[in-house]
Amino acid sequence: MLDDFFVRALLAATGVAVLAGPLGCFVVWNRMAYFGDTLAHSALLGVGLGLLLGWHLPLGVLVVSAGAAMLLLLLQQAGPTLATDTLLGILSHASLSLGLVLLGLLAWVRVDLMAYLFGDVLAVSASDVAGIWLAAAAGLAVLAAIWRPLLAITINEDLARAEGIATRRYRVTLMLLVATVIAVAMQVVGILLITSLLIIPAAGARAFARSPEQMAVIAALLGTLASVAGLFGSLRFDTPSGPSIVVAAAALFGLSLLARRVRTEG
Amino acid sequence: MPHPPLNSRRAEARPGTTPADAPPEVSPAKASPPGAPLIELRGIGIALAGRVLLQDVDLEVHRGEIVTVIGPNGGGKTTLLRILLGLVAPDSGRVRSAPGIAVGYVPQRMHIDPVLPLSVARLLATPHRRSRDELTRAAALTGTADLLDRPAHSLSGGEFQRVLLARALLARPDLLVLDEPLQGVDFAGEAALYELIGKVRTLYGCGVLLVSHDLHIVMAATDRVVCLNRHVCCTGAPREVARHSEYLRLFGPRGDQAYALYEHRHDHDHDLQGNVLEPPDARDGPS
Repeated sequence: MLDDFFVRALLAATGVAVLAGPLGCFVVWNRMAYFGDTLAHSALLGVGLGLLLGWHLPLGVLVVSAGAAMLLLLLQQAGPTLATDTLLGILSHASLSLGLVLLGLLAWVRVDLMAYLFGDVLAVSASDVAGIWLAAAAGLAVLAAIWRPLLAITINEDLARAEGIATRRYRVTLMLLVATVIAVAMQVVGILLITSLLIIPAAGARAFARSPEQMAVIAALLGTLASVAGLFGSLRFDTPSGPSIVVAAAALFGLSLLARRVRTEG
Repeated sequence: MPHPPLNSRRAEARPGTTPADAPPEVSPAKASPPGAPLIELRGIGIALAGRVLLQDVDLEVHRGEIVTVIGPNGGGKTTLLRILLGLVAPDSGRVRSAPGIAVGYVPQRMHIDPVLPLSVARLLATPHRRSRDELTRAAALTGTADLLDRPAHSLSGGEFQRVLLARALLARPDLLVLDEPLQGVDFAGEAALYELIGKVRTLYGCGVLLVSHDLHIVMAATDRVVCLNRHVCCTGAPREVARHSEYLRLFGPRGDQAYALYEHRHDHDHDLQGNVLEPPDARDGPS
């Protein structure tokens, strides 16, 4: 039989994958990979804040990465002279460093930095799992509710705005959803690998999808498959769990490239 | 989703922005039809980094009217269009649209990333759901019915514009805005496209606003031409504008020829792809 901790890890990882897959499609379609990375890097600052204030850590991460997203919006408006990827680079590394500095200042807490950077899914509690699935369900419900206007904005923002879609509101909602994924995925794969859960399953799903909705569902399935395969692999070969999940996802992506080649040739 | 009105985006009028040369009214007799306009722009001015892009521009489009804005590149046509569509706020002047009107917009060009798996049919049905029947009818009108199941990223520029026109028509627009609709359409296809736009105007009873830098437009199919070079140089019926000194100064004698070109009689018709339609007496326009 499987140990309880392993079952909890499976539930946690698949819960994250179910939300990260469909949301990752929008990240891939809108070329937001670096944006996701930036929010993920800010998560360490959220950890520090959570420890400082005695908050539940994912809540601290959610607050800080949502704040980083809003800060990016403000900077984009204030300084049209700097390209978005420059701003992202500044935010990303400044917040990561600030997080490390803050953790250094919290001399009275013993911090396992590796657990935050690369995840520690085998240590999740039952309430963590419940929180992950609650966040995934809420995130999916929001995503489903704004799916069509968000897709219209993804196709062409000017066209959507000219047709009366409040594009800004939907963009902000998308950013907050990404922040939500980061808050719950940190425990599973860690800060440095979170973006991979967003983009690798979505990129792999492209080969099999004929519509945006199909791509979202397939991305969720590929992410789930990678979570299960990665966790069993880590159990079997005694490898770190978070990176094992990402390796499994990357392997599935490789297979999808082969499948695409077979399909286009056949 | 119902279209929220674009009305009354207001900006403070700055003193001293009135141009010395007020736009000459070429043809007061052929002025806009009476009644409230679908959209009305008054005294629009905008500057970017100290460069004046538009100064004191007035524009209005009424129901059932085809208005063409022509002007050289850099003359502010695209900026004016973006202000009209509510994508950019002007520094001065105001935009007022009739409450609750639906605006159909056909952008100049659009890129669909191949990473987005999107069929043409799905593009037409986003964000609003449409039945296959509706899609087929709208696509047939613009000659794109056979493209419905193609991936959207595989279309050529001309195909894409006709697909986007079909998409705009699905919203049953009161006002149809087309940015450079003749790009990617060859010379022979222009007449067919203009005929189509005229047909759409009749079918939907909408106002149409076209923007073009190209002199090769079928000016004869336009009710009113607005010649724009940062300010409105001249406006009126195409025949009069073509003879106007401001227009000739902007476009030179070629401008005159461009108009003449479109008064010549075709001895055959073309479809939207530019193919000559057989038999020669099939004059019902694009299929």
